[in-house]
Amino acid sequence: MKLRINTEKKQGNFLLQVHTEVSGERIGIFGQSGSGKSTLVHLISGLLQPDRGEIYLNDECLFSTSKRVNLSPERRRIAIVFQQAMLFPHLSVKANLLYGYRRCRTENRQIKPETLIAILKLQPLLQRGVANLSGGEKQRVALGRAILANPRLLLMDEPLSALDDTLRFQIIPYLKSVSEEFGIPYLFISHSILEMQLMADRILVIKNGQIAETTTPDQLARKSMAQSPKGYLNLIHLADPFQKNGLYAYQWGDNTLFVSDGEPTGQSLFELSSREIILFKKHPEAISARNLLKCTVAEMFDSEGRVGIVLAMKSEKLVAEIVRSAAEELKITVGSTLFAAIKASSFRKLG
Amino acid sequence: MTLTPEDSTAIWLSLKVALTATLLALPFGFALAWLIVFKKFRGKVMLEVLVNLPLTLPPVVIGFFLLLLLGKNGWIGKLLDASAIPIIFTWKAAVIASATVGFPLLVRSIRLGMESIDEQLIEASRSLGAAWYDTLVTIILPLSLRGIMAGSLLMFARSLGEFGATIIIAGNIPGVTQTIPLAIYDYASSPSSVTMALSLCLVSILISVVVLTIHELLGKKLDRRGAL
Repeated sequence: MKLRINTEKKQGNFLLQVHTEVSGERIGIFGQSGSGKSTLVHLISGLLQPDRGEIYLNDECLFSTSKRVNLSPERRRIAIVFQQAMLFPHLSVKANLLYGYRRCRTENRQIKPETLIAILKLQPLLQRGVANLSGGEKQRVALGRAILANPRLLLMDEPLSALDDTLRFQIIPYLKSVSEEFGIPYLFISHSILEMQLMADRILVIKNGQIAETTTPDQLARKSMAQSPKGYLNLIHLADPFQKNGLYAYQWGDNTLFVSDGEPTGQSLFELSSREIILFKKHPEAISARNLLKCTVAEMFDSEGRVGIVLAMKSEKLVAEIVRSAAEELKITVGSTLFAAIKASSFRKLG
Repeated sequence: MTLTPEDSTAIWLSLKVALTATLLALPFGFALAWLIVFKKFRGKVMLEVLVNLPLTLPPVVIGFFLLLLLGKNGWIGKLLDASAIPIIFTWKAAVIASATVGFPLLVRSIRLGMESIDEQLIEASRSLGAAWYDTLVTIILPLSLRGIMAGSLLMFARSLGEFGATIIIAGNIPGVTQTIPLAIYDYASSPSSVTMALSLCLVSILISVVVLTIHELLGKKLDRRGAL
């Protein structure tokens, strides 16, 4: 998917000026509230008309003042998943799901309802009224409804913001799997760095109505390390642990990680804050932390007075964070060998 | 309670006029409410004032203007005269009077219903491939059903009570244009007919109670269905 946007839109005192070209299948749009993310979604989908400029999707002109083109929203084939599910309250779950499908031209109907219902596990919900669904179920139906419209592009406008943490991480695998399974590129809009790390490959950072930079989730997380309350979040996928002394022991490369809050079976995703990792120059004789990893410094980066240390094990990497004076005192340089101590309770299970 | 054959005709005529006026006004009321709620255009405030004007004007004034418009020398009157369609002093004139006076109530209710629809539902529908008219029929219409129903019943009830405008353009001809309020007015002017007037008043109250009960029951039913 290639998206080229050169547009301006004034709304009261707010001016959105976007000049960018981005390609990829999983694009993130990151910005604080009021930065213009939602306006951009409206401009791309055709729900709002730019004052001037042009918007191209895969070389097809969606809007252009010079060519006098303004494709109506229904002809753009760009579906939106909103923050609230926005299911039609007078229709059943099934009728909601099929709303876009029925309006999609036969030759474009590549995704069949049965396949999607199976992937999103919607079968048990079909006969229910939309008022009887939980928040997570509603968002799953909304996602299904958008996908079944067989769009060329899916806009996800903070689809997880209205959900609590548990539900959020239950929905993320669905969001990822449908777009991978059906090959629908998406723009994922959010103000959460964690969601960007999980959902996007490339990120447009939007600030005060303008694209401030184009970056990667990792670069974004590194840059915001010092300001973010949890520092840099290391995301670690672990699976099938064995239990030992009341802890879950997961194999992670050549190391074994001991985690307090694990899951007896299956795959789990954990976050580990860069601030929860304590670094030692030499092997500490005895410590209370259950994990001690021997690693090499692969890279060091600056984030507003703090130093991020990229620790490399055989194939795994972790980012730890220390203050500059500590880095100088320990004489840490790229290539140094360090020991990283992590408490078993520092791993927070996400889903 | 006694009702003369003229009274019965007045009752049926009242119901016929009110129903026709409501049905006639409904599509226009819906379209106008939609324009006011969802469209941006110049002169919108003027349009709103114009729509609401009959609400504040004395019905007699409305009747007088309608007479000027529909009378033999009026713009529309001339056209009707040329096509030999009699309007003034027929039951059709009573329908026009009722439709004009009750129209703001209808638009107001439908508007309230439409304003309660979340804009993102409409955006969702559009982005899912529905053209504006498709969204209008499949989303806006069903979701403003409660407002439409409330407005129609209000207008129907208001039409039953219409007097001022009706007497000017339809007159008070028993069996032809005499509706319940006009018949009561006739009875009230002669001291010997108090009982007759009371009987018709009772019928009036009865119809109003039935209309309001239907309004409440339908409202509850729609609430249960989860519609707005």
